[in-house]
Amino acid sequence: MASDERRANGVHTGVPQPGGQRARGERHDEEEPELPVELTGAHLPRYNRLRRNVFMATAVVSLVPLFIFAAISFLQDQQAYFTENTYSVSQVLSNTKRTLEFVIEERRAALALMIREESYESLASNEELAVALQNLNNSFGGFVDLGLIDAEGLQAYYTGPYDLQNRSYEDQAWFHEVVLRGTHVSDVFLGHREFPHFVIAIKHERQPGEFYIIRATIDMDLINRQMELVNRDPQLDVFIINQEGVLQTESVFFGNVLTEADLEVPQGPRTREIVERTKDEQGHVITGFAYIEGAPFILMVKKRLKAPLAHWVGHRSDVLWFLFLSASLILVVIWYGSTNMTRHLRRADLRRVRAFHNMEYTNKMATIGRMAAGVAHEINNPMAIINEKAGLMRDLVSYADDFPQREKLLQLVDSIEGSVDRCSKVTHRLLGFARRMEVRRERIDLPDLLKEVVNFQLTEIRHKNIDIRYDFHSDVPAIESDRGQLQQVFLNIINNAIAAVGKGGTVDISAARHGQNVVAAITDNGAGISPENLRNIFEPFFSTKGEFGTGLGLSITRDIVEKLGGRIDVESEVGKGTRFLITLPIEKANFGE
Amino acid sequence: MSELRVLLVDDEEELVSTLVERLGFRGIQADYALDGYQALDKMKSGDYQVVVLDLKLPGMAGTDVLQRITHDYPGIPVLLITGHGSPVDGQPSQLEGAYDYLVKPVKLDVMVDRIREAATAHDRQ
Repeated sequence: MASDERRANGVHTGVPQPGGQRARGERHDEEEPELPVELTGAHLPRYNRLRRNVFMATAVVSLVPLFIFAAISFLQDQQAYFTENTYSVSQVLSNTKRTLEFVIEERRAALALMIREESYESLASNEELAVALQNLNNSFGGFVDLGLIDAEGLQAYYTGPYDLQNRSYEDQAWFHEVVLRGTHVSDVFLGHREFPHFVIAIKHERQPGEFYIIRATIDMDLINRQMELVNRDPQLDVFIINQEGVLQTESVFFGNVLTEADLEVPQGPRTREIVERTKDEQGHVITGFAYIEGAPFILMVKKRLKAPLAHWVGHRSDVLWFLFLSASLILVVIWYGSTNMTRHLRRADLRRVRAFHNMEYTNKMATIGRMAAGVAHEINNPMAIINEKAGLMRDLVSYADDFPQREKLLQLVDSIEGSVDRCSKVTHRLLGFARRMEVRRERIDLPDLLKEVVNFQLTEIRHKNIDIRYDFHSDVPAIESDRGQLQQVFLNIINNAIAAVGKGGTVDISAARHGQNVVAAITDNGAGISPENLRNIFEPFFSTKGEFGTGLGLSITRDIVEKLGGRIDVESEVGKGTRFLITLPIEKANFGE
Repeated sequence: MSELRVLLVDDEEELVSTLVERLGFRGIQADYALDGYQALDKMKSGDYQVVVLDLKLPGMAGTDVLQRITHDYPGIPVLLITGHGSPVDGQPSQLEGAYDYLVKPVKLDVMVDRIREAATAHDRQ
């Protein structure tokens, strides 16, 4: 044990080197180490994939009913929106139709009454007509002019703003219609008058075969005003077309009066009001139409609807907010849930793998221990025989009075006994090692234990010509701990130190008391450990030895030290070396599980 | 003082026969037995003052042999030899009656001293 004597100076215990990187053997459950994939199977992408799948599946299952609910709400709202608008169009259509029919019929009836009650003579002068026009306008309004036309179509008398007396209507279609049917209401036209108007003409028979016609022009402004009175909804386009599709009033959608409207003249029963909803490229349109009785007019009401979705968004913001908030909440909760779940799963997997490897390592050590014990026992017996045979040889030579070459033989016997002694030291160490695989607690002298561990590696130490220097303070007390476990701890760390220094390196081993603890320091002057490696050094499966290391050594070492109530720290500087500090309690009431 | 008579009980004949010879050089007349039955046999005929007993024996267990000898020959001290790593404080009750024990590997000089010690104690009784 040559190195036992090489006690050196200048080994500090527990004092960090300035500028050196430090790492503490604490567990970092939050920052999980990235482990080699092939060793753990617990690599990150696998768990990220799992998290994504769980997130997607849960999100779809939770959000789909929510969106279905929203869609139902939207469809109901759309239906109600259509119904409501159809109703309003229908109302306006019906009311306007009644009003217009009334207005036209009222004027027609007034004219009919006048012509029946008054004699031709009493009307047959421009002055009389002017009085009659005045009366009509006073009572009903809307009359622009008034004319009397004889059976030849000549306007014999006329009152109004234009010069139309003696104008002949003989060749005009309406004249013949009045002659035939007795009454006529015209389309709207501009005529001489240059403003939209229409004509009501009524035939009166004085005697059989002798008749005359009264013809009145009605200003369309009257109709427009009536329509405005009925329809107060600015979104509704209420207008009139004639049978040819020519606009009789102004239309918001289709343009000015007397232009041809770009629409199909609705064909349908003349007595009914029709309201229908259609869809063109610009959206939904509700169209109602009705024929005005007693006039060649078709009343149309059109309403262009807002997009139902826009309407729904505008009207059901409560539903939308609910949808948005629920969906957000669901997504957030699922995200956190799936993240947490996969993290827990991964941690559990890591723990399981670590425990498994721990167990495997412990089993391996126990097996090695048993094998070592077996070998030691087997060797001990022949060694004892060799020893005693050599002893007998010594006895024979010593007790004989005269023996040739006595000295030479005694030297040989000494040499045999010396070798046997060396052998039995080896087997004793093996047996001691094996015995200490069992968990037990005893008083341990740490310096002795450290020397013992170093002796296990003497061959390699000598081979690499490594200088082992001890510095044990005199006040180091015996500690209460498990010998076998401690041997494993220091075997691992001293092994690492020897591997780190290379040929001709130095390893300092020291121990000193620090309060209620004893701190052992193993310092090498090897290559040192880079800061990033230093961070991971205690993580399972972390190894810089490539295929030669399991990466479990320091992880298990830390586990054991912690189990014994201690702590392991490492500080290192690249190019200068590494120091492991193992702090162990002097008294430990309870340790191990 | 007449020559000491000692019985060595050990299953390793090569070892025990050599020991017998070596003890002979030191004025101890030793005999050996390779197992418990042989030992008890020899005890009947021989007049031994000390028995040196290896606890690890084939057949009858060493502790049983110890019990039989201390029972049948209460005056004869028994020196036990135990293997390394099997401390006797494990089962003290089974070792009751033994004069002392030696842990392997046993140095011959130590064994001779103990044998003489035991014999002296025996003589004083």
